[in-house]
Amino acid sequence: MNRYLIPLAVFIVLVVFLGIGLGLNPREIPSPLIGKPAPVFKLTQLHESSKVLGKEDLLGQVWLLNVWASWCVSCREEHPVLIEFAKLNVVPIYGLNYKDQRADALAWLSRFGDPYKASIVDADGRVGIDYGVYGVPETFVIDKAGVVRYKQIGPVTPDALKNKILPLLQQLQQS
Amino acid sequence: MNRLRLLLSMLWLLALPLSAGAQTAQPMPEDPVANKRAMHLAEELRCLVCQNQTIADSNAELAVDLRRQIREQIAHGKNDGQIIDFMVARYGDFVLYRPPLKGTTLFLWFGPPILLLTGFVFLFYYLKSRRKRVEQQQMSASERQEAQILLGSDTRSRHA
Repeated sequence: MNRYLIPLAVFIVLVVFLGIGLGLNPREIPSPLIGKPAPVFKLTQLHESSKVLGKEDLLGQVWLLNVWASWCVSCREEHPVLIEFAKLNVVPIYGLNYKDQRADALAWLSRFGDPYKASIVDADGRVGIDYGVYGVPETFVIDKAGVVRYKQIGPVTPDALKNKILPLLQQLQQS
Repeated sequence: MNRLRLLLSMLWLLALPLSAGAQTAQPMPEDPVANKRAMHLAEELRCLVCQNQTIADSNAELAVDLRRQIREQIAHGKNDGQIIDFMVARYGDFVLYRPPLKGTTLFLWFGPPILLLTGFVFLFYYLKSRRKRVEQQQMSASERQEAQILLGSDTRSRHA
């Protein structure tokens, strides 16, 4: 009896491990920034290049930082979700226009709509590196004290918005 | 006089590519030691876009940017530990090809040797039990006779 039970047990353990492994997304690397102050930045705005926006301008409110670019294919997929979210008027979305051309970015927004309160220009990707961006789009939830609370890697899906981001935003706004 | 002017202009022409070269290569540290350090660091770090390549091997845009970061930080006099910390603060332990030993990485570090050891222990006991099984199988007299008949002339001729 033992003869069959041990290999069976080993097999079941293997299957469980492989099953869990299959369910994981290797591209989703947990951000070490969660629970830490969002990196500071000071960047010019996309629409008004003379205006500068910094992290300290956004303190005291809960906000989303969405990293996007006109060359990013998944951003287009995500865009309608952001547009719908902006209509709800829960919290402002600020865009980090990552390694893009200003003209392309502006054309992209006028074509697909602009859900952002403002977009800031990270032309050489330095602020992106500070935020640990490695695959656009990425979205950060930042609380009133300027602490990163959540990071969505890849497009914001309606599912992630409804089940993760919106409840978190409500909770953060009350505190 | 003419010859001197020609010589001077030729010298000037010779110097031209030198200054041009110096300008384009500015972001990179000139000295080979710093370059070697940058290469070494880039080989220790994983590119997050193409996850099985180091930052040194990858040509993904992020890898190019991070190589530039490494070079700049070396130029600013940061030591290797500070540069590694900079990367880990942004991308987590995942960026390291040799993650630090801590609670969450215990299995990663000790899993393979433990599995290997378990394998050896299993093999040892299996071989031991098998030898016992082989030794225990004694033939009865009738079985021996039967075997001899089956093997027949073959065994006899060999013994003869």
